[in-house]
Amino acid sequence: MKQLTILSGKGGTGKTTITASFAVLAKNAVLADCDVDAPDLHMLLHPEVIKTQEFKGSKVAVVDKTKCVNCGVCREKCRFDAITEDIKVDPIACEGCGVCAAICPEDAITLAERVSGYAYISKTNYGFMAHALLIPGEANSGKLVTLVRQNARILSEKENSDLIIIDGPPGIGCPLIASVTGIDAGLVVTEPTMSGIHDLKRALRLLEHFNVTPFVCVNMYDINRDNTKKIMHFCKESNIEIAGRIPFNPKVTEAMVNGKTIIDYSPESDVAKEIEVIWKKLYSSLSLGKSFKNHDRIA
Amino acid sequence: MIVSVASGKGGTGKTSVAVNMALSVGNVQLLDCDVEEPNTHLLLHPNMHRTEPVYVLVPHINEGLCDHCGECAKFCQFNALFASSEKVLFFPELCHSCGGCALACPMQAITEEKRRIGTLKFGAAGDLKLVYGELDVGEPMAVPLIKAVKKQIEDNKNVILDAPVGTSCPVIETVRKSDFCVLVTEPTPFGLHDLKIAVQVLGKMGVPFAVIVNRAGIGDKKVYTYCEEENIPILLEIPYQRKIAELYSKGVPFSLEMLEWKEKFQTLFSEIRRLVEE
Repeated sequence: MKQLTILSGKGGTGKTTITASFAVLAKNAVLADCDVDAPDLHMLLHPEVIKTQEFKGSKVAVVDKTKCVNCGVCREKCRFDAITEDIKVDPIACEGCGVCAAICPEDAITLAERVSGYAYISKTNYGFMAHALLIPGEANSGKLVTLVRQNARILSEKENSDLIIIDGPPGIGCPLIASVTGIDAGLVVTEPTMSGIHDLKRALRLLEHFNVTPFVCVNMYDINRDNTKKIMHFCKESNIEIAGRIPFNPKVTEAMVNGKTIIDYSPESDVAKEIEVIWKKLYSSLSLGKSFKNHDRIA
Repeated sequence: MIVSVASGKGGTGKTSVAVNMALSVGNVQLLDCDVEEPNTHLLLHPNMHRTEPVYVLVPHINEGLCDHCGECAKFCQFNALFASSEKVLFFPELCHSCGGCALACPMQAITEEKRRIGTLKFGAAGDLKLVYGELDVGEPMAVPLIKAVKKQIEDNKNVILDAPVGTSCPVIETVRKSDFCVLVTEPTPFGLHDLKIAVQVLGKMGVPFAVIVNRAGIGDKKVYTYCEEENIPILLEIPYQRKIAELYSKGVPFSLEMLEWKEKFQTLFSEIRRLVEE
């Protein structure tokens, strides 16, 4: 079983549009939405939830006011600024480390489990899907990502699926790291803007750090052709496969408004056709287990 | 006044709004808190003056004093320490720097030492002061670096914070203690879905907020209906124009080329001030 993560560094470059399209094109893949604090894949794939799990990712300090003598030792030792002057816990700032509970001379503080989100196992028209939702304001999205990926692995074993397609979160911090550890390939979706290029390079360095084979796809490449050339050139120099270039097309937003993938909504569009090309490249390179050495698409 | 610019969904135009607003208002300090992927400097082209490494505190185990009792590992809520009968293993990426292991160690075998996680960068573009953080690639924890960026806040300035994408810990740390938060969205189903999550987060935090609709004209009208139903003011609409997208792609803040926008961002900022003072 192989694992492919769609990532970007910069947000809003088209990860979910591409993941959803791959879901349609893939036969027998399991899908995983690892953007747990702002998941969007379900709006295109319409999963039917089969199973819901509570996610208890962390703890929170609770002060027993009948025992507390307001000595303030907890407030002094808390490194997260999570205890107010009147010795109340700010649950948003509290990381559940337990220092306050350990040093309270009156034993007035305990740690309680907190439900930080929900993980779901669902069925879609295109295969099974593992996804989740972090409760707004809760922390530990990295751990929830790990739970989603565990669920996806269990599903793929049960279903005898050969591929897990992971919609990654933006950024390069803890939730993204949790989405790329141990995967077989990462497709970085970028756009031809200064920030797109900057963030692409950091995302590629992250993949290198975790020994993941990178592929790059330039979305909305015709917004700035000079920058697209720069990206192609950079990838060629760095020996990184360009999987494809997707043109800007308002049909992508139209498809989203209609709750459909671009492949279903407009199969004959230039965007759908190019995503198919990208998919075929990734698929053959993943299933054959060898890296892609064909540079003929590089301008 | 501290104004943060956040969004939920990525790529809606946070950085663009933060930079154009910063360039239109005087006496500004702009802090880029998107330490995973900082971008404001790509639009501002600032002169950078200096950099400063940022460290977190992590445990150092003095093997000579350690009797492998395992109390430190038992205490750690983040599984950053693992104690066997011969050795204590430490996993730095999991450590939250709470200091609890040092408190828990009965042998006083744990002291704290510094571990680098990223860099603070200081610069200026004209009279606009810029500070941004850059997380070292491979480091998972953005929050301590965001705290370091926010420590640089100057009280007498109009402070604008460019938040990272999403709605979890890094965003919360950025927006915390802001006087106001601007949520930049786009009028699409993804934009609306993530806006709703961001609104819930801000509601829990008690930070007042309003919405800016970017790329107005694409998608549908549901963002507008939602804001009306929830009584969330929409302070500004930025239409979808190829010219704005092209300028952004080249790293040019559009208010510098499309001068009518400078005034609109000034009006936006005074409107925010009015809402804060209300």
